[in-house]
Amino acid sequence: MKGRSTFPLSVLAFGYAFLYVPIVILIVYSFNDSRLVSVWSHFSTRWYGELFRNAQIGDALWLSLRVAAASATVSVVLGTFAAFAMRRMRSLAGRGIFEVLSVTPLILPEVLTGLSLLLLFVFLGQAIGWPAQRGALTITLAHITFGMAYATVVIRARLSQLDPTLAEAAADLGATPFRTFRRVTLPLLMPAIVAAWLLAFTLSLDDVVIASFVTGPGATTLPLVIFSSVRLGVSPQINALATLLVLFAACLILAASLLLRRGEVEK
Amino acid sequence: MNQPVTVRVVRPRDAFLDVHGISRRFGEVAALEGVSLVARRGEIVCLAGQSGCGKSSLLRIIAGVDRPDSGTITLDGEEIEGAVHAAPEARRVGLIFQDYALFPHLDVTGNILFGLKHFVRVEAERRCNEAIERLGLQHLAKRYPHMLSGGEHQRVALARALAPSPRVLLMDEPFSNLDRKLRDDIRNETLSLLRKLGTTVIMVTHDPEEALSAGDSIILMRAGRIVQSGTSSDLYDRPNSVYAAEFFCDFNKIPGICRGGFIETPLGRAAALGRADGEAVLYVRPQALVIGGDDGVMAKVMECRLRGEIEEITFTLAGVAQPLRRRSTERSGLVPGAQVKIYTDPAGTFVF
Repeated sequence: MKGRSTFPLSVLAFGYAFLYVPIVILIVYSFNDSRLVSVWSHFSTRWYGELFRNAQIGDALWLSLRVAAASATVSVVLGTFAAFAMRRMRSLAGRGIFEVLSVTPLILPEVLTGLSLLLLFVFLGQAIGWPAQRGALTITLAHITFGMAYATVVIRARLSQLDPTLAEAAADLGATPFRTFRRVTLPLLMPAIVAAWLLAFTLSLDDVVIASFVTGPGATTLPLVIFSSVRLGVSPQINALATLLVLFAACLILAASLLLRRGEVEK
Repeated sequence: MNQPVTVRVVRPRDAFLDVHGISRRFGEVAALEGVSLVARRGEIVCLAGQSGCGKSSLLRIIAGVDRPDSGTITLDGEEIEGAVHAAPEARRVGLIFQDYALFPHLDVTGNILFGLKHFVRVEAERRCNEAIERLGLQHLAKRYPHMLSGGEHQRVALARALAPSPRVLLMDEPFSNLDRKLRDDIRNETLSLLRKLGTTVIMVTHDPEEALSAGDSIILMRAGRIVQSGTSSDLYDRPNSVYAAEFFCDFNKIPGICRGGFIETPLGRAAALGRADGEAVLYVRPQALVIGGDDGVMAKVMECRLRGEIEEITFTLAGVAQPLRRRSTERSGLVPGAQVKIYTDPAGTFVF
């Protein structure tokens, strides 16, 4: 190892520092006793206690989790259908256009998605009286639009790796198309479906931009609460909340990657 | 130019599987053109031919995972393709894929049980255990496919296909994914098991030796049509075309002239019964080239190579551009440069 340059190592260290130092600082200050976020006094878990007593944040968290779970579930179901449909129409002309259209929400600026959905909901509300008012339902619908795009991409990737002879083998062994789907195709797709669900769930949980467009009175998701409270001055409670969210997100990502890896091993 | 060749298929009364006039096109490409074959109950039929000749397409159509454009298939007196299209799950036809297609998320037992769902549980378990024992898979019962070797994959695929007692077993190049050494053993084991069970088998192969030795009859295909069908000796000893002859053996080809039922070549005169006068080619098997004889023609030894069991000698002969090969289990003791007389054994020569 003599004469090995330290340059790549320092670049690596800098890169990771860039990514993680802000998060580490945030976590460290969540254990700060001082009311000021930038001045360290001494270690305490006081803000965690206050966080748990804060009803506004509790409600917002509960709403966020419900919206995320509902939108992730619908996204995954629609994404699975989309992936199968696109495999079916492999020979159809113009298939490329459909593929691009289905992933557009991934590349469209969120501001645009949010604004266009807001306009749609307002128009629909006036035209047919539904949705009567904006709130949890409209946020969920908005999150489905981009969650579905991510789910489609993840599930399609896995579906394209599946050996089509497995379904034929199942049919030859007496399985009806439905049983083939339930007993062969679905179990083999399961890792991707779960990973897609976790991805859609996480994306929904941290969305501010789209939610702030399509929300209404009485439906404030957790990111919206955090965002608005920061504008009034940061409370260390937010640090404590952020620390818990980082922990939660890390667990989800770990679970998703473990599932995907298990899917690879089985192949 | 390409007029359809009608190969007359005798349809015996006891035909168990009767495939008639199957055609299938993929876009512009005709994969199968009017293919017919019959198999008796308990017969092992080899479908031979080079890759891309339509063998696998035919197998997929018999299994029902693909549909023909025209033609009928009757199995045990019941029409399963033609006016009706019986779903693959309703045909009771077992198909073993070339890559075996074991379910990666199920263990060996789960794979075998998958095809037994329409039996009551006790019967399904009895059949599963029977299949596991029959193929000696007891120690692998709880393993997943990614933990199995190539030979074990093949055995599991066979167990899975046989467990529901299919009326016909279709095998797509079942031994081509195995090591050479393993292949012969597994093939012998598999075939003797299938004979013991009296299973009707259609087996696809591109290996000429396998085609000759494995089945009761051979159907040789080329470009979506049947070239010749019959027993091993029909095809090997009485090939009806250059393609059929060359599929099973690499010949010495000696151009000559036919006249009055004989062909004159630089290698001498040979019978060419029923051939029209004119140019023709004498096909001589390497083992039908004999050294010695007073009527032989002089040839020069170019190379002499011992390949273990057999000896291969290459000759040059005046008037023949290509060197001639002779293969024999006898040791000639010849050295390169030697001049010897050679002649042909009529049993191993054909005129086309």
